[in-house]
Amino acid sequence: MLKINNLQAGIEGKEILKGIDLEVKAGEVHAIMGPNGSGKSTLSSVIAGREDYEVSGGSIDFEGEDLLDLGADERAHKGIFLSFQYPVEIPGVTVTNFIKTAINESRKARGEEPMPANVMLKKMREKMALLEIDNAFLSRSLNEGFSGGEKKRNEIFQMAMLEPKLAILDETDSGLDIDALRIVANGVNKLKSKDNAVIVITHYQRLLDYIVPDYVHVLHKGKIVKSGDKSLAHELEAKGYDWLKEGAVEA
Amino acid sequence: MKTEESYLEEVTASEYKYGFYTNIEADKVPPGLSEEVIRIISAKKQEPEWMTEWRLDAYRKFLKMTEPKWPNVTYPEPDLQAISYYSAPKKKKELDSLDEVDPELLKTFEKLGISLEEQKRLSGVAMDVVVDSVSVKTTFKEKLAELGIIFCSMSDAIQEHPELVQKYLGTVVPKSDNYYAALNSAVFTDGSFCYIPKGVRCPMELSTYFRINEAGTGQFERTLVIADESSYVSYLEGCTAPMRDENQLHAAVVELVALDNAEIKYSTVQNWYPGNKEGKGGIYNFVTKRGMCERNAKISWTQVETGSAVTWKYPSCILKGENSVGEFYSVAVTNNYQQADTGTKMIHLGKNTKSTIISKGICAGHSNGSYRGLVRIGSRAENARNFSQCDSLLMGNGCGSHTFPYIETQNKTAKVEHEATTSKIGEDQIFYCNQRGIGEEEAIALIVNGYCKDVLNQLPMEFAVEAQKLLAISLEGSVG
Repeated sequence: MLKINNLQAGIEGKEILKGIDLEVKAGEVHAIMGPNGSGKSTLSSVIAGREDYEVSGGSIDFEGEDLLDLGADERAHKGIFLSFQYPVEIPGVTVTNFIKTAINESRKARGEEPMPANVMLKKMREKMALLEIDNAFLSRSLNEGFSGGEKKRNEIFQMAMLEPKLAILDETDSGLDIDALRIVANGVNKLKSKDNAVIVITHYQRLLDYIVPDYVHVLHKGKIVKSGDKSLAHELEAKGYDWLKEGAVEA
Repeated sequence: MKTEESYLEEVTASEYKYGFYTNIEADKVPPGLSEEVIRIISAKKQEPEWMTEWRLDAYRKFLKMTEPKWPNVTYPEPDLQAISYYSAPKKKKELDSLDEVDPELLKTFEKLGISLEEQKRLSGVAMDVVVDSVSVKTTFKEKLAELGIIFCSMSDAIQEHPELVQKYLGTVVPKSDNYYAALNSAVFTDGSFCYIPKGVRCPMELSTYFRINEAGTGQFERTLVIADESSYVSYLEGCTAPMRDENQLHAAVVELVALDNAEIKYSTVQNWYPGNKEGKGGIYNFVTKRGMCERNAKISWTQVETGSAVTWKYPSCILKGENSVGEFYSVAVTNNYQQADTGTKMIHLGKNTKSTIISKGICAGHSNGSYRGLVRIGSRAENARNFSQCDSLLMGNGCGSHTFPYIETQNKTAKVEHEATTSKIGEDQIFYCNQRGIGEEEAIALIVNGYCKDVLNQLPMEFAVEAQKLLAISLEGSVG
């Protein structure tokens, strides 16, 4: 589904990603871990198509298509979703209106008619129940005055509504208490299928107890320095990142 | 890599979509301004002697006045002698159905998406359509007449209801109020007149569409709305104008009279031609709008201003009666080289009077937008209250936004609050929308509509939809 080859990218002339290789197949869950400043969020931004970042080398293919030629909105239309670490506020735009616009813009891009209101409403109800979201939530301004937990839950709610092929969860666990974490993780698990894939970006093992990864990658100084299965996450939890940092220097 | 500026430039580079010209034969007075011209206008309109004299009096007052220079706008002073002060479509006979309306005109309305048939059928809106100064079509007149409501052109009102016109015309905006109000009083050719009798709640939104449609023709509308005791009316005014090379002057006067316990809601969507991307052409929109509130009366102004090259306009309320209420909700958009100096005046004279001001400015391109507001609390206005909120939204780095709030209080019991914010559409917001599949153009429309929601919510439903479209047209281009 997603193939990243020797990806190099940076911002304002500073190189952050120094040759990333990563392949994600349908049905898989990948976790990307690493210390602060290792390039985790840069990687998610580059995949999603944020224009501030310059790609200086390598390639990203999504279902056989070169992603780097596409704008962020076109990538979204192809089924790429990024759950933001810091979701932005859009005053005066309700959650409902935002989601409706997002869904229908994607449908328009695919040459489909707008989703009928009753279908959308039914779907919203279903996903709200899944994420234990209250009705009043829908008519609030997008992220305005939301708590950290509400913002993250709203991200996963949007993901549930948009049904992406590839979801990247950028530190979705930060700012969540243990109950919210469980609800969010449960939501993600329910949305998982053999046809879609998830990349979980996190500092901590904690989220991976709930969303169990097939692969764990450790990112350090813009490179994947180690890959393994879920036991690697436990190892990191026990030993920290230092032993890998040293390893990276030696390598 | 596209920077924020480059895509803002791209998406704000919208051409004027309503720039077309309807070819209707016009009956025109040669350019120039003099007592003679005013007599000709008055005679062409077969006005009674008192009206001719009223105009001449205004003209004499006008001659002693000078153009105001205090607004925060710059433009070459219009040559008033180069303007033709009267232009009426030649086919002036009474029309009974739409079939009799000039097909060219109907086409124009179709392009604007405001076809009369549709308006009539779907929304029950009665419209008095003014094209180049003379009413072409008045609908629903009979239905309104059953309730005793008078809704007609100003010309007809002068002929048929002279007692009402004489009693109220110029009482809220005196002839000598300001330079352009005086000019309007002297030369106005038409406009709308509305009277709601005591205790009557007008069952439909009254609506007028104005257009400037003849090259080199200034348009001077005069509107007078009178809500008698305990009555209610919602009045809609929408404007679009075709593309022109030279600047055109538009100096309207609107007077609202809300008698005891009456309520007037006056909504405007203004989309006069703003000039091209280089700032050439466009309408000069110098408008005087004011309402008088008697006891327990309420006047609410809502405006969405997207057009005109230069605008100065301050819909105001004189809160004369006890417990009267004034409201002002405004969205003012400037793009390219547009300049707008707009706001309101709330003059509190009576006890327990209340006013609310919500102003949302949006500036893009090289434009300049100013909010100018005055809240005056008179010495006898015990317990007067005002709340003002003035927000500005900037797009790109080439525009300017200014706020000039004036507060004058002569009564210690007054409570006046003022809040102001300035923000920019962030790259973060755009990227967030993009990531959800919402393109740049749509994202900006979404963010702007969210920002203006408090004002758009004040508009009647069908008007709000039109206003949203206009905001989108004014700020967006053909991206992608």
